[in-house]
Amino acid sequence: MAIESEKSEHTVTTRTMDIVVALLFMGVAALVMADSWRIGARWASDGPQAGYFPFYVGLIMFLASVGTLATNLFTKTPNLSNFVDREQLGSVLKVLVPTIVYVVLINFIGIYIASMIFIAFFMWWLGKYSPMVIVPVAIGVPAVLFVMFEIWFLVPLPKGPIETALGY
Amino acid sequence: MEALSNLIGGFSVLGDPMNIVYMFVGIGLGVLIGVLPGLGGANGVAILLPLTFSMSPVSAIIMLSSIYWGALFGGAITSVLFNIPGEPWSVATTFDGHPMAQRGKAGEALTGAFTGSFLGAFIAVLLITFLAPVIAKFALQFGPAEFFAVYLLTFCSFVGMGRESPFKVLAAMTLGFALAAVGIDTVTGQLRMTFGSTELLRGFDFLVAVIGLFGVGEILLTMEEGLAFKGKSAKINAKVVLETWKKLPAMWVGALRSAAVGCWMGITPGGATPASFMSYGLAKRFSKNGKNFGKGELEGVVMPEVAAHAAGTSALLPMLTLGIPGSPTAAVLLGGLLIWGLQPGPLLFVEQKDFVWGLIASIYLGNIAGLIVVLTTVPLFAAILRIPFSVIAPIILVICAVGAYTVHNAGLDIAVMLIFGVVGYIFKKLDYPLAPLVLALVLGDMAESSFRQAMLVSQGNIGIFWSNPLVGSIVTLALAMLFWPLITKVKERLMGGPRPAAAE
Repeated sequence: MAIESEKSEHTVTTRTMDIVVALLFMGVAALVMADSWRIGARWASDGPQAGYFPFYVGLIMFLASVGTLATNLFTKTPNLSNFVDREQLGSVLKVLVPTIVYVVLINFIGIYIASMIFIAFFMWWLGKYSPMVIVPVAIGVPAVLFVMFEIWFLVPLPKGPIETALGY
Repeated sequence: MEALSNLIGGFSVLGDPMNIVYMFVGIGLGVLIGVLPGLGGANGVAILLPLTFSMSPVSAIIMLSSIYWGALFGGAITSVLFNIPGEPWSVATTFDGHPMAQRGKAGEALTGAFTGSFLGAFIAVLLITFLAPVIAKFALQFGPAEFFAVYLLTFCSFVGMGRESPFKVLAAMTLGFALAAVGIDTVTGQLRMTFGSTELLRGFDFLVAVIGLFGVGEILLTMEEGLAFKGKSAKINAKVVLETWKKLPAMWVGALRSAAVGCWMGITPGGATPASFMSYGLAKRFSKNGKNFGKGELEGVVMPEVAAHAAGTSALLPMLTLGIPGSPTAAVLLGGLLIWGLQPGPLLFVEQKDFVWGLIASIYLGNIAGLIVVLTTVPLFAAILRIPFSVIAPIILVICAVGAYTVHNAGLDIAVMLIFGVVGYIFKKLDYPLAPLVLALVLGDMAESSFRQAMLVSQGNIGIFWSNPLVGSIVTLALAMLFWPLITKVKERLMGGPRPAAAE
């Protein structure tokens, strides 16, 4: 998603986003059709081939997205409103970026420690809480999860080196 | 009368005290889920589904469906007190609910909303009790062609009845079908759209998609609005409840109309959200107090709630009898049935009587229990809402991550969930509907296999879909639904103006 870097509330219009997403849909549809054609989308002696159904699904997706694209390109009343305000986008990224880091962290240090860091960071950065409030919540939530999943319901969650060192 | 004796049998299943405990736990969790932004009926049930794998199917479905009832009740609390719809179907409740709260009548509005919810659910469950066995018996004669026809009708009605652009409905729906096709083809064993990746062999699980689309996507949307919640306080006591109940009988005509709208929209996959809007609109047009709507009229709170709850409950009717869910949450419950090894559909009523009637009985009890729980605990849940979003948001995201992981014990699923979250956020902003995507993802394999079986039977002749009056009329109805937006447009042209036509 290309966000222009001008210093105003304006980012992209809803119409532009609509066109971009319709083009992405067409790309996905082309991919679906191509792969279905590769494995066979026709009629074999024993009935429809594996790609038969997905091929037509892809075709409908393609045509529908052409429809969305055409309505946006040829409409007399285009929706030129702002897709998302700069400030709003900022708040969304403030959640999204830490969450991406969190998901990457889970794969390295396990979900419990990652959750502690994530909750603590979030409360400190966006909530401006004092450590007196942050620490109990950041430790409490993963601890409750641990008791509930590992001990009560016996569902193992991803664990990292620290849990292994503690014997789990 | 067979239905009644079966129902009594169902209540005896509930005699197990553990099941009653699960019911109350489920309702408590459900109200909590309904109150918190980013956790809704569909993804709440999806996150908790893995926890129920070790329970018996009866206990599990009772707990999960109770979560659903709780979420339906809970949505009203945030709408009235905070003017934030906790669930999409409570948007219409904010129109009059919040103005009432501003005038200090929050207790009255909440009592009206809860009682309306209860009434809607009760009428819908009566419908299920008496109609479900009949439909199931009828559906026992269905072949693959008939089943495909019903799937087709389900998906075409999204196009015909959705408020969104038909192109966008189709695109979202086919995306669901395409994602469902990823992985090993069940008939030929060929790999489809895996592009050489072993991680894609598993395909996309709809539970992960639901958690991402509805959970993470919702959090991102909420962030846009900013972090502050400003709420009205609520006092509910027995006196307010009784006073409100005295006013309700006068609304019985409207309530029945709303329940009918709700049941219809729930069975056909219109869903609870349009049902609540439609019934609000109808009530506004027909009520004596119609001109006061939007300023804080009790009737404007009760009507959408009746319809939303009736739709939410009756969405289980096609799920149980045909294996075709009427709403995303019903789809998640259906996914649960499959995981517990129960095949939803007409045979369920023959082979798993205990299960089906236990579930139906639990709907009755669950809603009574739900009404009591919400009426007594509103202040508690309103207090939870005063916890700032910067504390709630990371906790919800952690819970979503845990939920996505536990579906398959796969770390990659957490990343997939996050991608679905971003997709859900963009789709919501661009008015792509999420429900058809989820339903296509759930039903994709089954719809495809019924289509292929039908094609095998007929040797590839498409005429099988008009081979008998039943399947022919369903398919024709489905096509009419599909082209409905086109038909209305052509008619407008012919009539010479966008006038709402009175004819069919």
